[in-house]
Amino acid sequence: MTRDLAVIGAGPAGLAAAVTAAATGLRVVLVDAGARPGGQYFRHPPDTLAGPRGAARHGWAEFARLRDELAGHVAAGRITHLAGHAVWHVEAHSEEADARFTLHLGGTGSVAVSSGAVREVRARALVIAAGAHDRPLPFPGWDLPGVLTAGGAQALLKGSLVVAGRRVVVAGTGPFLLPVAAGLASAGARVEGVFEANRPGRFARHGARVLRNAGKLAEGAGYAAVLLRHRVPYRVGHAIVAAHGDDAVESVTVARLDRDWTPVRGGERVIECDAVAVGYGFTPQLEIPVELGCATRVDADGSLVVVVDAAQRTSVPGVYAAGETTGVGGAPLALTEGRLAGQAVAAALGAPPARPSRRLLARRARLRAFAATLHDAYAVRPGWAGWLRPDTLVCRCEEVPYGRLDEAVRELGAIDPRAAKLISRAGMGWCQGRICGYPTACLTARIRKRAPDVADLTGLARRPLAQPVRLGDLAEDPAAGGAEDADGADPGGGGPC
Amino acid sequence: MTTAQSREPSGAMRPDPEPFEIIFAGRPVPVLPGQTVGAALHASGIRSWRTTRENGRPRGLFCGIGVCFDCLVTVNGDPSRRACLIEARPGDVVTTQEGGGHDA
Ligand code: FES
Repeated sequence: MTRDLAVIGAGPAGLAAAVTAAATGLRVVLVDAGARPGGQYFRHPPDTLAGPRGAARHGWAEFARLRDELAGHVAAGRITHLAGHAVWHVEAHSEEADARFTLHLGGTGSVAVSSGAVREVRARALVIAAGAHDRPLPFPGWDLPGVLTAGGAQALLKGSLVVAGRRVVVAGTGPFLLPVAAGLASAGARVEGVFEANRPGRFARHGARVLRNAGKLAEGAGYAAVLLRHRVPYRVGHAIVAAHGDDAVESVTVARLDRDWTPVRGGERVIECDAVAVGYGFTPQLEIPVELGCATRVDADGSLVVVVDAAQRTSVPGVYAAGETTGVGGAPLALTEGRLAGQAVAAALGAPPARPSRRLLARRARLRAFAATLHDAYAVRPGWAGWLRPDTLVCRCEEVPYGRLDEAVRELGAIDPRAAKLISRAGMGWCQGRICGYPTACLTARIRKRAPDVADLTGLARRPLAQPVRLGDLAEDPAAGGAEDADGADPGGGGPC
Repeated sequence: MTTAQSREPSGAMRPDPEPFEIIFAGRPVPVLPGQTVGAALHASGIRSWRTTRENGRPRGLFCGIGVCFDCLVTVNGDPSRRACLIEARPGDVVTTQEGGGHDA
């Protein structure tokens, strides 16, 4: 199928981009791995599951509106929503080609699309709104079953209405820990504590910015009230430095940290629990923009993100990015960027923009400034490396312990993450470094006494396939030498990489 | 927010979903329609369903959103499915997996 615009990701940014562009008359295809629109932020259970729908969730009304608009555009044939489809490769054709991009798709295995699965989509423009995933840091015992990422615990609750455990410890850094803990406590878990590694009291310095974002602040206050009501202790300057148990987590050691996150001697205690939710920020999913050659930079939170201009354009003609792809900033910013991207695509393709975007530009600037404030207050500090022991796994997939990585760096001269990866095998497993990429980059850059740069992080973000696909799916792909594309003519001609 | 609420009726206002069962390691595990295989196992107190290649360590859910591949499981004989993504269906037979399942 060929459309004016292909949008990758149906979270807040992708939904907003698709709906905005469709409203100007463009024909849009929205590709998303999930079964239902909403992404991670507006994840909700299928209608078959009873329980809270999310009406109480921040921004839900806006999401519900977008979802209705999506349904309207789908019914009118302006948007084709491909749920349960993963993008594993994007080809960019020459600028003269009518449809400059070809997206190669595979099933995710989670949604029944086998009969109606679309394998290939062409489009004149591309909006990448692929979102982000949790950024965990390793610590001894983090590979024990029952230790989940904060987003994982949230996904269990929001998507399947399952509470991660009876006694849960929440830890990491960032405002996201609050909704996770509040959700768990409200659903009946005993949350033994929320351990925030930073001391966000520093936040007060940015008072003016906080006031200008009172909505966001009120959201935080709401979660704080829930935690108070459930008597959940909230401790700043503390972290889980070890998890214990034989075949599942039974307890954790929580330590008091200094400003650099080095544990303070004597500041440790053990807390019994049957589940843990940890998160140290988020990693945007950059495989597709990196593959396309979009310029990237390291954001204030240490993540590799895509560089965009005022119109959400990347450095590659025809490719736009919105949401966490351009910098982790939360759903309100993602919605704003998505709308701006949708308007920009419409303008570029000759459709009249839906409405003047000055209000959106101001909103984007305000929310980006707020995000920068948060990144500063909740940055990852270098002392976490001191939590590791030689036998602590850094790479969970290939079971690479810290000792082996450290040896690769110190003794075998692997001074950049790519070399360290090749020698130690960290990042070579199933997840292709999605989980261990950030810590591996930090640990190898540390030897040169600096933070990971664009080259370090790009080396780890570059992956042969944007989404791991099963061999059966590859064999069926026309680009992989299979059947002819149902749509017929191939304007661009380029084969797979 | 009132609009959102009327659009999204609370659980009490909707018909109760019929629970069903899947089989894990020979025993029945209850599922609410729409839950993933991983969520159903986790809810039943089953925390791990595969062992790692090198050290034979147990693994279950970690990222919960299809990123980490810790949760690989065999469903109806089909190996290396991500339990956190795949929606459970009545009668699914779920079996443990050893050695990381690089044979998908
Ligand atoms: S829990 Fe990470 S992929 Fe399923």
